[in-house]
Amino acid sequence: MKTPQLLWTPTFAFWWRDVIRFLRQRNRIIGALATPLVFWLLVGSGFGPSFRNPGASAHAGSYLVYFFPGTLVLIMLFTAIFSTISIIEDRREGFLQGALVAPLSPAAIPLGKFLGGTTLAVLQAALFCVLAPLAGMPIGLHQIALLLPALILVGFSMTGLGFLVAWPMDSTQGFHAIMNIFLMPLWMMSGALFPMPAGTGWLYWVGKLNPVSYGVTAIRSAFDTNHGIVPPDYLPALGVTALFGALTFAISVSLVAKRSRRS
Amino acid sequence: MSDTAYSNAIIAIDLKKSFGERRALDGISLEVKRGELFCLLGPNGGGKSTLFRILATLSLPDSGEASIAGHDVLHDASAVRARLGVVFQSPSLDGKLTILENLRCGGALYGLGGSELKTRIAEAAKALNLTDRLNDLVETLSGGLQRRAEIAKCLLIRPEVLLLDEPSTGLDPGARIDLWAALEALRNQHGVTVLCTTHLMEEAARADRVGIISTGKLVALGSPDELTGAIGGDVLSLGAAKETGPDILSKLITERLGIPATIVEGEVRIESREAYALAARLAGEFPTEIISLRIARPTLEDVFIARTGRLFSDQDLDPDAKPAKKKH
Repeated sequence: MKTPQLLWTPTFAFWWRDVIRFLRQRNRIIGALATPLVFWLLVGSGFGPSFRNPGASAHAGSYLVYFFPGTLVLIMLFTAIFSTISIIEDRREGFLQGALVAPLSPAAIPLGKFLGGTTLAVLQAALFCVLAPLAGMPIGLHQIALLLPALILVGFSMTGLGFLVAWPMDSTQGFHAIMNIFLMPLWMMSGALFPMPAGTGWLYWVGKLNPVSYGVTAIRSAFDTNHGIVPPDYLPALGVTALFGALTFAISVSLVAKRSRRS
Repeated sequence: MSDTAYSNAIIAIDLKKSFGERRALDGISLEVKRGELFCLLGPNGGGKSTLFRILATLSLPDSGEASIAGHDVLHDASAVRARLGVVFQSPSLDGKLTILENLRCGGALYGLGGSELKTRIAEAAKALNLTDRLNDLVETLSGGLQRRAEIAKCLLIRPEVLLLDEPSTGLDPGARIDLWAALEALRNQHGVTVLCTTHLMEEAARADRVGIISTGKLVALGSPDELTGAIGGDVLSLGAAKETGPDILSKLITERLGIPATIVEGEVRIESREAYALAARLAGEFPTEIISLRIARPTLEDVFIARTGRLFSDQDLDPDAKPAKKKH
């Protein structure tokens, strides 16, 4: 008879450890929050005068407003990257070594890391949201109700992306390379930085096929006060983001199960 | 947790593993008795880490079998993991957490929580003399304390078998002594079977039994006394004069006295049951050729040399791993 494998208590341990570690490392909080904040202010102010959103009316708001949801996604992407990149070192010389010889379900490590990453990403994003009224985007209960599920699902799928990149890696240098040639372009081509064009051009398809686009859209429509209680774009975008998160989770579990005794 | 009757806590049968062309394990078989303190001694790159990873359920062999505490390592890893404590060479504690937090997380990995975990943490902290340090951040602790905290984490699950990979790496001599005292206490008081890998002779000499591993093969197995006792008497090491050189000196000795002599690290080496009489004779025969002469009881290093024909440090890639005797 095979011995049962543990899931929930180890998952809780991973989650709790990620949160405590994060709170004890102030520089990480600042790194994940300050970089996008500076980016938002500089890029937002610089592009502002020349920015025209083709789909919106002339007074739809400044570029700072347009760029706000994209910055939120960037904050979550950075937070997710910081919390998953540690897997690489941790597995070779750190806490994860011990986890690999414990009788765990293959879902325990991914679930703990995903939930930990999601918690941190949502916390960071929520801190940034405090600035929304300054950018002319009022946040009421209505926005919070729409925003929270979107932030949670985006945080989950961003952590998922980070996990998928980090788990097979042997060095953090490799992770940085993937971050620059894959994760950042994924964010740039998501409508975060500029509206993805309509029509049939390649940019249109890149936007359509890019899972991050749906996260940006879900967050953007959560701030939309002009299209009823639940804006029409919101639920479909949320659904695709949830599916994408579930997919990254399923692949992560199978990677962990496969890797357990590879070398 | 002991639900299986077994007399050998660790069994390995004909384990083989290659990495590409390199054969890391070349058919290793060994048995470690229940409650034994066993040392796997070998130079770095000799295969002991590969064997350690297989026994720790982190790696699969190409062929062969292994069991720990009566459970199949290859096919029932979860059962083995539930009974096995593993201390890695590199730390597996989180430096940003306190010892207590690390122990809580470590226990949670094995499904422990609540008052049961609390009791076990108190027990493990007491066994390793950490009770006063539980609230210290791990990154602020000395290497010796960190290693003890690692072992405490392993004890939470009340393991039947404890595997340690080079546990004294990076520890100062005082901390090494403490560590060994802790391991011996574990074995004596809790009946834990301990297998530890090392490249330090003096460490291996403290074990109940030693397995010497070189180029993927087990070249010697027995208690330290048995192994050193099997060497023919004492060991004479001769330094040759510059003009003569060790090659010529060893040839001369073999020709004139009919005694086999080997050259190890620039010294001529002879094993003899009558080392003192032979020393006097050598000094008389070769007054100018020999410039230094040393007689010593055989050590595990001599066992290694006798069994492999090589110096222990020849295979060493790790500069920290050089035995103290090495000279240039």
